[in-house]
Amino acid sequence: MRLALRELRRSRRRFVPTTVALALLVVLLLMLGGLLDGLYIGSTGALRSQDDELVAFDRAARESTLRSRVEPATRAEIEAVPGVRSTSGFGIALVGADVPRTDELADAAVMGYEGRVGGVPAPPAPGRAWADRSLEARGVRIGDVVRVGPTRIPLRVIGWVDDTNYLQQGGLWVEPGTWRTVLAESRPGAAVGDDVFQNVWIDVASGADPLRVAAAIDAATGTTRTITRAEAVLALPGIREQNATFTQIIGVTFLVAGLVVALFFALLTLERTPMLGVLKALGASSRQLVGALMTQTVAVTVVAFVVGGVVALGLDRLIPPEVPLVVTPGRALFVAVGIFVAAVIGGAVSLRRIIRIDPASAIGTGT
Amino acid sequence: MAFVQCTGLCKTYTVGGEQVRALDHVSLTVERGDFIAICGPSGSGKSTLANVIGGLDQPDSGSVVVDGVDLARAKDAELSAYRNSHIGFVFQSFNLQSHETALENVISPLVVGGVGKKRTRRAKGMRALERVGLADRAGHKPTQLSGGQRQRVAIARALVNNPALIIADEPTGNLDSHRGAEVMAELERLNREGITLVIITHDQAVAARAGRVLTIKDGTITETRGRA
Repeated sequence: MRLALRELRRSRRRFVPTTVALALLVVLLLMLGGLLDGLYIGSTGALRSQDDELVAFDRAARESTLRSRVEPATRAEIEAVPGVRSTSGFGIALVGADVPRTDELADAAVMGYEGRVGGVPAPPAPGRAWADRSLEARGVRIGDVVRVGPTRIPLRVIGWVDDTNYLQQGGLWVEPGTWRTVLAESRPGAAVGDDVFQNVWIDVASGADPLRVAAAIDAATGTTRTITRAEAVLALPGIREQNATFTQIIGVTFLVAGLVVALFFALLTLERTPMLGVLKALGASSRQLVGALMTQTVAVTVVAFVVGGVVALGLDRLIPPEVPLVVTPGRALFVAVGIFVAAVIGGAVSLRRIIRIDPASAIGTGT
Repeated sequence: MAFVQCTGLCKTYTVGGEQVRALDHVSLTVERGDFIAICGPSGSGKSTLANVIGGLDQPDSGSVVVDGVDLARAKDAELSAYRNSHIGFVFQSFNLQSHETALENVISPLVVGGVGKKRTRRAKGMRALERVGLADRAGHKPTQLSGGQRQRVAIARALVNNPALIIADEPTGNLDSHRGAEVMAELERLNREGITLVIITHDQAVAARAGRVLTIKDGTITETRGRA
């Protein structure tokens, strides 16, 4: 430890390029991860905030809420299935929203619901809406009347809710009748009758196995496809592809981080071979020198993470709110652990070389 | 029991695909306080012998027991601890760290050995520099010192752990005759204080100052002066 810190203190400048490179990779990882999380959160909030475990679609809709229709008779069949405690209707209409004081339309998702949505109060009166707080950045204020759809149906915003967006569109939560009106006005071909919903969310009785209940529902109705909340989230358009793409980019970035550390310490070890030979001659064991290398790897990584984290937070403040960037503590921890593991593996590449240093030949004594 | 007891040491290297026998059944004893010069042409095996005695290298066969420790069978950690606490090395090209001061170079073995606190290490380092007459150069970097001074810093580094044995490999090889004489005088003084001294040298004038001279050729001790 002393050896490692002594060299870090004395030869600070030698470690700067690698620390800077790693810090930039940390910024990249936090930004990529932040974008992934932002896109995920902004696309899936409306489904993740549901309290119920299962959701039923019209089988022909192939797990698309916008294409799905669940008739009252089907809902009654669902409610009769053992293990179903209760059901709750749900529907979405994607519209443009005319916001007072602004010239541009805000993208909004008008969601009709009957209840039991985490963080969203009970359905408001007709013509009123709970608005997702993200719409605040688009100019919406509590008390505003936003006008949605081609016929500019007025909705008065009566309060904020958090993390309830759908496919990056700001959530406006309304009672079912208002939703049906908005849907009919914005997509006349998709209009639904009274008591018809796009989805039915299902509260499973305690002790019942949700997967068995889902299978029982589909068997009973013959027209539904019932899946879990997590499956519904992944079934949203583009979510799987988005996750896979970002995960691959993030994985490659971790690989690059490991290679940067591996290359740096390999070159450093090569350059320091005579010095390491002298230290061995003076009594440093291979274990001590390996420990010193790993200490330096960890120190460089910690400094790089702190610097990269500060830069990423600074950039986060500069980036416009429309960009779906969300740096969560969980993501920061993931990047910290990932970069640490990549760096340690990278640093370990030089261990064999250090162990094999022969002090006599490193110093250059003859035969 | 002899301070150093080497018995039947053999060591073979492969150089450019050829086997070079650096030590061929070498046996010798060194008593505490001896001043030994090991002479011989390049490639004769003299540095190999010194490296084996110093725990920098291990023989292919034979035994080397120093101060009761069998170095031929010691593991890396044991050899490292032995080198740190029992041996002081002085190299031909000094092998000082250029970015460190004389004092920082001198206390390196203490840092490696995890000896004491910073203040203790610096005090020991200053005492070692005083012993070689360079206390006033403690804050100088090697590039600010003459060749003779650098070698004296290396001697101070060898001394700082109060070793029983100093092994010096061509300690005057990179110095002019005046500086070389200074360094030899320093080493002789340490020998008179009781430190066992093994010097590897080509220089007959240096060898002439030793109490015993071992001449190695083709890995074999072929000639000695003094007690064999």
